[in-house]
Amino acid sequence: MPKIRLVHLAHARSGDKGDTANVGVIAYRPQDFELLREQLTPAAVKAHFGEMIEGEVERFELTNLHALNFLLHGALDGGGTMSLMNDAQGKVFSTAMLRMEVEVSQETADAVTGKGRVPAGWSAEAYGSSPTAGGSGGDGG
Amino acid sequence: MAERDLIRIASGQGFWGDDLDAPVRQVEGGPIDYLMLDYLAEVTMSIMQKQRARDPEAGYARDFIALMERIFPACVEGGVRVVTNAGGVNPQGCAAALVEAGRRAGVQGKARIGRVEGDDILDRLGDLIDEGHELRNMETDEPLSVILDQVQSANVYIGAAPIVEALEKGADVIVTGRSTDTALTYAPMMHEFGWANDELDRIAAGVVAGHINECGAQSTGGNCLINWWSMPNMAEVGFPIVEARRDGTFTVTKHPGTGGRVDRGTVAEQILYEMGDPTTYITPDVVADFTSIELREEGPDRVSVQGIRGRPRTDFLKVSIAYAGGWKATGTLTYSWPDAAAKAQAAARILRERLDRLGLEFDAVRTELVGWDSTHGPLVGEPPADLPEVQLRVGVRGQDRAAVERFTREIAPLVLTGPPSVTGFAGGRPRVQQIMAYWPALLRREAVEPHLRVRVEEI
Repeated sequence: MPKIRLVHLAHARSGDKGDTANVGVIAYRPQDFELLREQLTPAAVKAHFGEMIEGEVERFELTNLHALNFLLHGALDGGGTMSLMNDAQGKVFSTAMLRMEVEVSQETADAVTGKGRVPAGWSAEAYGSSPTAGGSGGDGG
Repeated sequence: MAERDLIRIASGQGFWGDDLDAPVRQVEGGPIDYLMLDYLAEVTMSIMQKQRARDPEAGYARDFIALMERIFPACVEGGVRVVTNAGGVNPQGCAAALVEAGRRAGVQGKARIGRVEGDDILDRLGDLIDEGHELRNMETDEPLSVILDQVQSANVYIGAAPIVEALEKGADVIVTGRSTDTALTYAPMMHEFGWANDELDRIAAGVVAGHINECGAQSTGGNCLINWWSMPNMAEVGFPIVEARRDGTFTVTKHPGTGGRVDRGTVAEQILYEMGDPTTYITPDVVADFTSIELREEGPDRVSVQGIRGRPRTDFLKVSIAYAGGWKATGTLTYSWPDAAAKAQAAARILRERLDRLGLEFDAVRTELVGWDSTHGPLVGEPPADLPEVQLRVGVRGQDRAAVERFTREIAPLVLTGPPSVTGFAGGRPRVQQIMAYWPALLRREAVEPHLRVRVEEI
């Protein structure tokens, strides 16, 4: 089975509550949600982040949204104004999560190639300038 | 007032420092009934408390006053009512300044200002502890008495009731202190639709609407990861507008012709922002179940939200307490190719040795390489030798201000006394910052609710 990075299967957003970072992971394709649920276990996520987090990982399911929410405890060096981290509020823990590798079928790997990344030929000059600019590298979830 | 079956609640600010023109675009860009402006975050209250300590007239979001001076006439003319927590730790001062702004804007006799007070319990902490309210830290379980003399601000998250009361008394602009961010959106729904306190599913739906509104453009394409490269016209991003219906369903949209995007993906990302246990989203008025949310794309930039369930509120309100928790400083230097990361790591080692030799003690010293590992940490492995450049970022934290101060004087010398190819010190010596540590606690609601006061006055 091929292994691909989660970034091709899901988008994510993170935030903070005290010393805990949350990471919400949303499957691009509803049919991939079950696969995420099987492989993104609290233990696997804890192992992925390794020494980035001191505490435990909790997981919650939001099936209607094809999403999982993870709480990473002890991730923010005390959190809030105490933290010395560049990412003191855990804003980009979401993208650290998307580095994780998951096993998928060859069919899925082929279908999601390049998804979640800037399309080839894209230019920042076009970013945000008109409704049609920039092309589309995904199907909008 | 004729009963309405649909009201439009527009979000105009997601935090203190957000896009200053967004509320203007919301008021001028199409029909809305309410404008909600969220100015507060955990750390904001302590900053405002410090400002009020220096100046008794201060302690609220002054941006809000300048904003209202701009939009007051349009709001009065268009019947747009404004609900905001801009009052911070001084809703009274904020309301007084707002009256002056209203006069300058020419709306005398045409608008009423409501203010909500009583969420600020800083002066009551001693009495509350004496009465047996221990205000234990929700994370460590320690009682507040341990750090009572370090407390800088203490505010209770309050719900919709006082805002609804102000609306019922005819207030056109309502200024609160630490209202929950979500209440700014669902209080207007409770007022307009006459929802009773036990209509839990509807109020919970209002909470979800509030969560989608409370961070401004974060639900309409801003900071959205999904297809971010194709977000249209972000220079004029539209902020979210909730079209709320009497039955508790609602639609998230934005004004036509504005930038950004509203679809399942952008809304779902915001729903997950700062989420804890999604089955149990606790507010002062209801416990909302975010796993019950159903999203449907109705059309371009329109997502309808339904199916939301709620459970009864708890007996407690959350208290946000900030206390002086020591000092910190962070310094940076930039190293260039070749071997940029090796140079930065060597500089960090020398710096640590010098701090040790000076006998300085810190609770924590942290080294990060911006451009390599400052966001993904050890997940990225060892830096390549050909990295074009890297910024060394070293921070210290401790209880001894003098030690932190001394640290700030040890960064610049590295430019001439450490590894080569270093630059980027034009910003000068790092600034020592006081740490405002956060102490979340619970308080029984009967210790707070009798103290809440709603006042409405005409400009």
